[in-house]
Amino acid sequence: MTVLLEVTSLRTEFATRAGLVRAVDGVSLQVRRGECLGVVGESGSGKSVTFTSVMGLVRSPGKVAAGTIFFDGRDLCQLSSEEMRAIRGRDIAMTMQDALTALNPALTVGEQMAEVMVAHDETLPAGRAARRSAIRERSVEMLGLVGIPSPETRLRQYPHEFSGGMRQRIMIAIALTCRPKLLIADEPTTALDVTIQAQVLELITDIRARLGMAVVLITHDLGVVAEHCDRVMVMYAGQVVEEGPTAAVIERPRHPYTRGLLASIPRPALRGQRIEPIMGQVPDLVGLPPQCRFHSRCPMARPECLVAVPMLPAGPGRQARCLRLEDLA
Amino acid sequence: MSLLEVTDLSKHYAGRPSLGDRLSGKRRTLVRAVNGVSLAVERGEILGLIGESGCGKSTLGRAILRLHEPTDGRVVFDGTDVTALPAPELKAMRRRMQIIFQDPYASLNPRRTVAEIVGLPLALHGLASREEARAVTARVLERVGLRAAQLDRYPHQFSGGQRQRIGIARALVSNPEFIVCDEPVSALDVSIQAQIIALLLELKRDLGLTYLFISHDISVIGYLSDRVAVMYLGEIVETGPVAAVLDNPRHPYTQSLLSAVPEIGTKRARGRVRLQGDLPSPLNPPPGCKFHTRCPLAVAACRTLAPETRTVGPGHSAACHRLDEGLSLLEGAR
Repeated sequence: MTVLLEVTSLRTEFATRAGLVRAVDGVSLQVRRGECLGVVGESGSGKSVTFTSVMGLVRSPGKVAAGTIFFDGRDLCQLSSEEMRAIRGRDIAMTMQDALTALNPALTVGEQMAEVMVAHDETLPAGRAARRSAIRERSVEMLGLVGIPSPETRLRQYPHEFSGGMRQRIMIAIALTCRPKLLIADEPTTALDVTIQAQVLELITDIRARLGMAVVLITHDLGVVAEHCDRVMVMYAGQVVEEGPTAAVIERPRHPYTRGLLASIPRPALRGQRIEPIMGQVPDLVGLPPQCRFHSRCPMARPECLVAVPMLPAGPGRQARCLRLEDLA
Repeated sequence: MSLLEVTDLSKHYAGRPSLGDRLSGKRRTLVRAVNGVSLAVERGEILGLIGESGCGKSTLGRAILRLHEPTDGRVVFDGTDVTALPAPELKAMRRRMQIIFQDPYASLNPRRTVAEIVGLPLALHGLASREEARAVTARVLERVGLRAAQLDRYPHQFSGGQRQRIGIARALVSNPEFIVCDEPVSALDVSIQAQIIALLLELKRDLGLTYLFISHDISVIGYLSDRVAVMYLGEIVETGPVAAVLDNPRHPYTQSLLSAVPEIGTKRARGRVRLQGDLPSPLNPPPGCKFHTRCPLAVAACRTLAPETRTVGPGHSAACHRLDEGLSLLEGAR
């Protein structure tokens, strides 16, 4: 599999009154064609900001301060906003966590789907009537693809007339309209009930296989990653702390944070046993010293951990940002 | 005798009729948020109440405490009929029955200090003089993992997990016996969620508390409950000991709920049941069995006749027409 997206040493900063926040600090990652990468982290870990940076959607006071983002052979950081706009929605699409605020409440679903095609699809016929019917046909097809019943009627409805699960499907349908090479799904199921969550995740996995598209699944739910992702990347306080094949990482995590996360998930199988929470809380991202960011909460921390720790090789296709990863093998 | 006994409890809300309905002279619509629920909670146990959003689980929790006045039915707490209590006695009873809310941001008054928030129940119930109150409050704060030095801070100066600790301290300060935990960890990150769960279990053990633990998260419910009740569209569809319900779910809804949870580590032991469609609107619930619109096993009787709740094992009961046929959505893959 060839590399589709390669991010190197990305740094995204926000100037706040409290000081400069490095929300993303030196993140490097690869997404290969057709694969599903899971990105896991708690709130404030920088997982969403990393990918809004890839999309070129970081707004002031935030800015991408350093790094390169190569997508399909082009450095996205060097593109003009027009060139970026041509790629966004056509080659890379992103769905947002909260479908209700991400969709325009004043436009029908059909109108919002048409917008994407008008902006990106050069194959649309020139004549007005032919164009309209082509757009309509394609919209109906997309809604059908994401499993929305009676798509012809649904196209004329507004977002508020749909349930939460249906809205998330509509956002996925809009994102898929131009058959992107990469779909970034930001917490696609967090706002949904578990029976609906299962439907949406299976839909994404199914469409990925059919269209051969790569997917980045941003989530805080390791269970979701375990079932749907080829590789996983764990983020903590703006950095990647561990990455590798999903099964290997979950079976034998090589970073104490990943291990702590896995140990803190309550499971019926653990009844009667104590779950071991990670103590303390995520550090304030303002003015962080260059040392290991997890050491204040780490049960394995030693004095020598008070240095900047790079990503270290941790087995086949695996890396972890921990000086003691050998002890976790 | 159970500590808490709920019998046929209902909470209906009058919905606002739309303009069209009013013009066509339709009657007021009724949302049956909780519809004829019966359950019992034994002293010292955790009853997990699970269901998807809109199924009425939070309304049930609040109706039990009469934070929402029930429309019908009875709540008996430690031998006293709470539903019949006049206001002064109800207030006294509330000292013994408390609640922890889901949203640690919305449930704390931003203009009050922690000392005021946590100390308020002491003043309301006349449990401590003003001087004592501060000392008691400080003690409770330390009990939930905060520091007495933080007494004069405001909620915004705390993180989400710490705020939930404040909410727990407020519930604990009046020395209750029973606490409704309404999704207390749902708004928290995984690592913080584990801290709060560990704290709640520790408090329960040390103080001999009884919980009604409301959550949509089966992993959490399965981990900490002694017994489980599964709710769908205002009704309890299955209840029983946690092991029985999780390992041998009898209601098709429980079965599909369990199979939808993504699992870590273990290869999926059960077949995946894919439920079609969404939760129907409680404004216009389907007739017969409420689950029949999504149930792969539904037959003609399910569409017209509401099923009775029947015993299927020791302390384990379910409401489904097809229980006797031994059908399971999970069969085959197990």
